[in-house]
Amino acid sequence: MIERTPILDFFTHLAMIIGLVLAALPIYIVFVASTHDLPTVNQVPMPLTPGADAWKNYATVWTKSDFGTKFLNSFIVASLVTLGKIAIAAISAFSIVFFNYRLKMVFFWLIFVTLMLPLEVRIVPTYAVAANALSPVEGLANLILNGPANLLAFVGLDGVARAMPQLAIKLPEWNLLNSYTGLILPLVATATGTFLYRQFFMSIPPELVEAAKMDGAGPLRFFKDVLIPLSRTNMAALATIMFVYAWNQYLWPLLITTKPEMTTATMQLQKLVPGPLFGQPPVWNEAMAGTLIVMLPPLLVVVFMQRYFVRGLIQADK
Amino acid sequence: MDRRATFKGTWIAAALIAPQLVLVFIFFYWPAAQSLYWALTLEPPFGGGNQFVGLQNFEAVLSDKLYWNSVRVSILFAVCSTSLTLIVSLMLAAFVDRRLSGYQVYRFVYFWPYAIAAPAVGLAFRFIFAPDAGFVSAINKAFPNLWNPALDGWDAFILIVIANSWKMIAYSFIFFLAGLQAIPRTITEAAAMDGAGVLRRLWDLQLPLLAPTFFFLLVINITESFVDSFGIVDITTGGGPARATDLMVYKIYSDGFKGLDYSLAAAQSIVLMTLVITLTFVQFRYVERRVHYK
Repeated sequence: MIERTPILDFFTHLAMIIGLVLAALPIYIVFVASTHDLPTVNQVPMPLTPGADAWKNYATVWTKSDFGTKFLNSFIVASLVTLGKIAIAAISAFSIVFFNYRLKMVFFWLIFVTLMLPLEVRIVPTYAVAANALSPVEGLANLILNGPANLLAFVGLDGVARAMPQLAIKLPEWNLLNSYTGLILPLVATATGTFLYRQFFMSIPPELVEAAKMDGAGPLRFFKDVLIPLSRTNMAALATIMFVYAWNQYLWPLLITTKPEMTTATMQLQKLVPGPLFGQPPVWNEAMAGTLIVMLPPLLVVVFMQRYFVRGLIQADK
Repeated sequence: MDRRATFKGTWIAAALIAPQLVLVFIFFYWPAAQSLYWALTLEPPFGGGNQFVGLQNFEAVLSDKLYWNSVRVSILFAVCSTSLTLIVSLMLAAFVDRRLSGYQVYRFVYFWPYAIAAPAVGLAFRFIFAPDAGFVSAINKAFPNLWNPALDGWDAFILIVIANSWKMIAYSFIFFLAGLQAIPRTITEAAAMDGAGVLRRLWDLQLPLLAPTFFFLLVINITESFVDSFGIVDITTGGGPARATDLMVYKIYSDGFKGLDYSLAAAQSIVLMTLVITLTFVQFRYVERRVHYK
């Protein structure tokens, strides 16, 4: 706007600089702490310029925590979750938007409503499912088979119910604990992604579909040669948010992995310091070095792909 | 919603949507139903099938002082961290939106904290706010024993509020800024022509137009404070000291996986689920309204 407001401008700049310090200072302190030796870090007040022990601390924490394995695991899990989410969101939305069948809105809502069931509120039973991934199928089958008998027993006709044969299907156990499948599969379903793709597909002009059909393209051909090339920007946007989301997962890997060779980098944070309640003094310089390497990959994604990231975040409206 | 141009082939359509439906059933609906089943039944100590006990588990949970403590802490946490987040991020967005020289740099950096995992934020802040080392400990040198989150419940509570807000301010900032930039330039210019200064325009024009964004962020921040705070609490305080930071989600985790009481944990899960579902519902209604007004 073309107006002169020198005093207000001064305060605006001042506030923005304070904001900048508040946003960046914690990251800077972590960095500084990771470059000193232990006595220096434990000084009060701590020094605010980097020290000379950076490489030693990083090397120590890297080998001590076996971050090589953890980073590999995190990269495998985060990449496959991202790929899986994009693929499954794209084909589900394709089915909902470009085909006509009666249940499609029901299916869409079934997927969309899962937004209301974040992992944290259903951890205990989801863990039970991960211990045997076929148990829901088994449970549902038995529920349907024994439905009539249970219903009779419920309304008080126990005698009749007992006379009916008890049916039970037994499926083999499929244990997902301590496996990549277990780390990945439960995170792949995506309400946000499906919603984002649906919005995008609905903005495709119907003429394009007609033209493709006239040229003799079937649905899969249309999907592969028209929709996928058109949705590249969307895909990048979705990929950035999903990668950061998957890398930062903490509670789920914590629950289902017990073997050290299956754990992820984010989980390792918990093991860098002794638990908060039993106070041995932590080795802060190494702990902060570990924190910095764990936070780096998603930070780099955000810094270098900020345009896509912001776009994806705002379009998805969560 | 009805498009004229669609493809034929119900089987292809079914095959395309089936994978996601299977995943959603196995990992979302079945566990949610299982929670309800566990919440309404008790496992007998000597094996055998679960027994139906009606609302007994809920009664046990709701008559537990420790549970009400965690509810109180969670609500206080939601109120404190949401207000801090919204006020700071709205101010930052309003300042950046003035587009003074160099605003791109601020916009760029303000967003960083959102990329960092909750437990990493927790660990960083645990060091920064540690009583005997780190950044804030300088206070203790001047005033001995003023600050100690390992012993003082309020200090620990303040610590998790700050850590959570630091992360969420970055997220809210992006939405506020997008909301401000969506306000048509012509309206602001018209107000300027009429002699409204910067602050008057902000107060009478931009803030009212930002109301939908504000409401959206209010709901998201409350939900996240119930759900996403797990990583921060687990690393910084572990629910302590003396349960001063024992949030609902953390109590479910410790009752279910450390205490191994599935029925009690399930009853608590149902309560938290109801809360989250209600909040999400409120948000859907609002989203619907916004679409309608546009």
